[in-house]
Amino acid sequence: MKALYDFSYLTSAIHEWLSSFLSPNGVLITEMILVGIAFMLFFAVLGLVLVYAERKVSAFFQQRLGPMRVGKWGTAQTIADVIKLLMKEPVINREADRFLFNLAPYIIMIAAFMAMAALPFAKGLQALDFDIGILYVAAVSSLGVIGILLAGWSSNNKYSLIGAMRAGAQIISYELSVALSLLTIVVLTGSLQLSVIVESQADGWWIFKGHIPAMIAFLIFLIASTAETNRGPFDLAEAESELTAGFHTEYSGMKFAFFFLAEFANMFIVSAIGATVFLGGWMPLHIGNWQGFNAIMDYIPPIFWFFGKVSFMIFLMMWFRWTFPRLRIDQLLTLEWKYLLPINLVNILVMAFIGLVGWHF
Amino acid sequence: MNNEALKEFILQRVPEAEISQGAQFLQAVVLSEKAHSLLSELKSNPQTSFDYLFCLTGVDWPQHMEVIYHLKSTTHNHMVVIKSKINTREYPQTDTVSDIWRTAEFHEREVFDLYGIVFKNHPDLRRLLLTDDWVGYPMRKDYVDKVNMIEY
Amino acid sequence: MEETITTALESQEYFINMGPQHPSTHGVLRLVLSLDGEIIRKVEPHIGYIHRSIEKMCEHDSYQQIVHLTDRMDYLSCHINNEAVCLAVEMGLQVEIPERVKVIRTIIGELTRLSSHQLWWGVMGMDLGAITTFLYGFRDRELITDIFEETCGARLTMNYNVPGGLMFDIHPNFQKRTKDFVTYFKKKLPEYDDLLSNNVIFRERTIGIGKLSKEDAISFGVTGPTGRASGFSCDVRKHYPYSAYDRVQFKEILRTEGDCFARYQCRIAEMWESLSIIEQLIDNIPEGPFKAPTKAVIKLPKGEWYQKVETARGEFGVYIISEGQKSPYRLKFRSPGFSNLSALDHMARGCKIADLVAIMSTIDLVIPDIDR
Repeated sequence: MKALYDFSYLTSAIHEWLSSFLSPNGVLITEMILVGIAFMLFFAVLGLVLVYAERKVSAFFQQRLGPMRVGKWGTAQTIADVIKLLMKEPVINREADRFLFNLAPYIIMIAAFMAMAALPFAKGLQALDFDIGILYVAAVSSLGVIGILLAGWSSNNKYSLIGAMRAGAQIISYELSVALSLLTIVVLTGSLQLSVIVESQADGWWIFKGHIPAMIAFLIFLIASTAETNRGPFDLAEAESELTAGFHTEYSGMKFAFFFLAEFANMFIVSAIGATVFLGGWMPLHIGNWQGFNAIMDYIPPIFWFFGKVSFMIFLMMWFRWTFPRLRIDQLLTLEWKYLLPINLVNILVMAFIGLVGWHF
Repeated sequence: MNNEALKEFILQRVPEAEISQGAQFLQAVVLSEKAHSLLSELKSNPQTSFDYLFCLTGVDWPQHMEVIYHLKSTTHNHMVVIKSKINTREYPQTDTVSDIWRTAEFHEREVFDLYGIVFKNHPDLRRLLLTDDWVGYPMRKDYVDKVNMIEY
Repeated sequence: MEETITTALESQEYFINMGPQHPSTHGVLRLVLSLDGEIIRKVEPHIGYIHRSIEKMCEHDSYQQIVHLTDRMDYLSCHINNEAVCLAVEMGLQVEIPERVKVIRTIIGELTRLSSHQLWWGVMGMDLGAITTFLYGFRDRELITDIFEETCGARLTMNYNVPGGLMFDIHPNFQKRTKDFVTYFKKKLPEYDDLLSNNVIFRERTIGIGKLSKEDAISFGVTGPTGRASGFSCDVRKHYPYSAYDRVQFKEILRTEGDCFARYQCRIAEMWESLSIIEQLIDNIPEGPFKAPTKAVIKLPKGEWYQKVETARGEFGVYIISEGQKSPYRLKFRSPGFSNLSALDHMARGCKIADLVAIMSTIDLVIPDIDR
């Protein structure tokens, strides 16, 4: 049964087929191109789906219907928007630094691309399985801030600059909490490799196995990752009521769409990491000795489990965004440095103690 | 303080004031030179303590300009109207009251903008509603704008 | 070397133009901010982008026409503005207004206040980043505008008042729909508290921000809920009752903190008071004519009249100087927003940009009201 859901059969079959008529280097290059194309397609679909989802979720919270005109239930609305954004004139400020201005959206996109490479979507469906997976994802996902800073700096707009500076302070601060809350679980798994972390949750997810410290770590991760992706209530970098649109005030057309897409991609990435580390990745829900229940859960393919968990996390983040007011910059930094970070450090200590004593399941 | 006492109070300070009982409030017309001292006395004297300037109006009469101050005391709950008369329309000047009531700062800028009454010692006397390069003072009765105003 | 480092690290003030097109200035208000990093050193309001010279226009218009100009000023309290001019003209003419008119004017005035506060509440949340509140505010405001539409045909600029009374009688459904709305909104108002007032982030953002002392409020002429949050008892409905406010029971909401949260709570409490005023009056609309007989061409005698009313934003005054003609010699509108805006600089100094947005939305500015 499990073999049916294992994607490594598919990937190895492709590999063997390619090897049959190509040199090893040729195989490598072809596979890289194939993976690249696959991710590009996934990115596009992800953008479409998430933009639609955000609209419908916000409409749900605001007691309205959301897009309903284009296509059945407005499903084609995002495609229409993409066409509109493609048609728009790319306006550039006269005094702007054109090179950096054009470069910034691509940096953000590349950062999102790179982080996505290490995500385990399902068994055997992972482009790169590093032994330092978590570290890699945490490092790469914070590269996006360079793009934001460049965008703010090169726009020659004070609003953009303020937004970029806010984003810089915010992302660098909250990066700490994200990494530390992930470390709390790494204490138990003993490995930074994402596939190993997933495998270690075959008998139960870490959020349940790790007692209260794991719950605390999950909450901190939720808060910090929302902040890291610049989404409400931490959307100070955009803050449309204060800074009009923050760092992307001067962007229009497809470059604006890249920022928009990168925001959703980042949301997906942090949700995926959260789901992988805390909620068992593509592992089905197993409860102790309930054999029948566990067997039924196994019938659901891992890829559905993974995307289900990610959707849950994304829904939570949208829920935050459409409910809470925005924080102020000093409150944001106070929350991180005075509350989240100390709690996190103590939490790791407690978790290490639990790990040593063996109180976790 | 009732209107009689207020009348006495004002006449003591400015004997030549023309005081009349209007439809609603006690009105006192004083010359613009005397206005500032009288108004500051009305604010600071604990008997009157007119601490709330609720309306400041400029009026363009055929022969003179007028600045009308509607005053109210939040402690004694009495009201008075002081009319400061500026006997020229050429280059009207009067003292600012923005040092007495801070709300006057904006109101006086508006009156300056629309009537051209210059308030001496005002901290920041610039045009408020109109653009800085506007010519003329539109609320004056002799203001002509052939394009935008329709003559009846 | 050392010198260059210190000069490089010295903070330098810079300017930012907030507006005339900016999402949180609610219209074409331009603020020039002097900033030190994110901290505001000075706010300089530049107004007049929609100055239509209404006062000058009034000097050429008949009194009936003037009424129509007033709801273009504070369009959210349009009915109350109309009422002010009508009351001033009626005071000049010394006509006796039918009781029915007084009660209907009061009910619709309170409905206007409610709808204005609902919009303010939605926009306030949106300014602080909670966009959902905007839709909630509009959901309930829609019901009031529906009542207005049925009563007089217009949803925003109503022109329901004429000197001497009302333009026409109320719609037969008016009482029922208003009562339905009151019962509905009494259930919905606690939702406002759940969504915004009890939110931790919201409280952090508003408590202690933009303080205005009572003395400053009086000196700046800050009225309405903004002034009352500072402890300045300035409710015209209580101090100088007009229309039917002398026969209803309601509290003047006073707070002493003078910060953004106090202003917020003031308006929320005022909504409850407005509901109670409507409830007291809606079943007691006296029978009678809806208009006192007035001449087609109104000529006020020589004299001057000042009428103040309480709009949703504060004390609105109409000052008419008449020389006996069919249009006034001088007509001055004392708009609440104009005086309230003048205190913005005082309140916002030392705050952050995000606080300025909170302060502006708690002052509840309507730009046409300021520019006139």
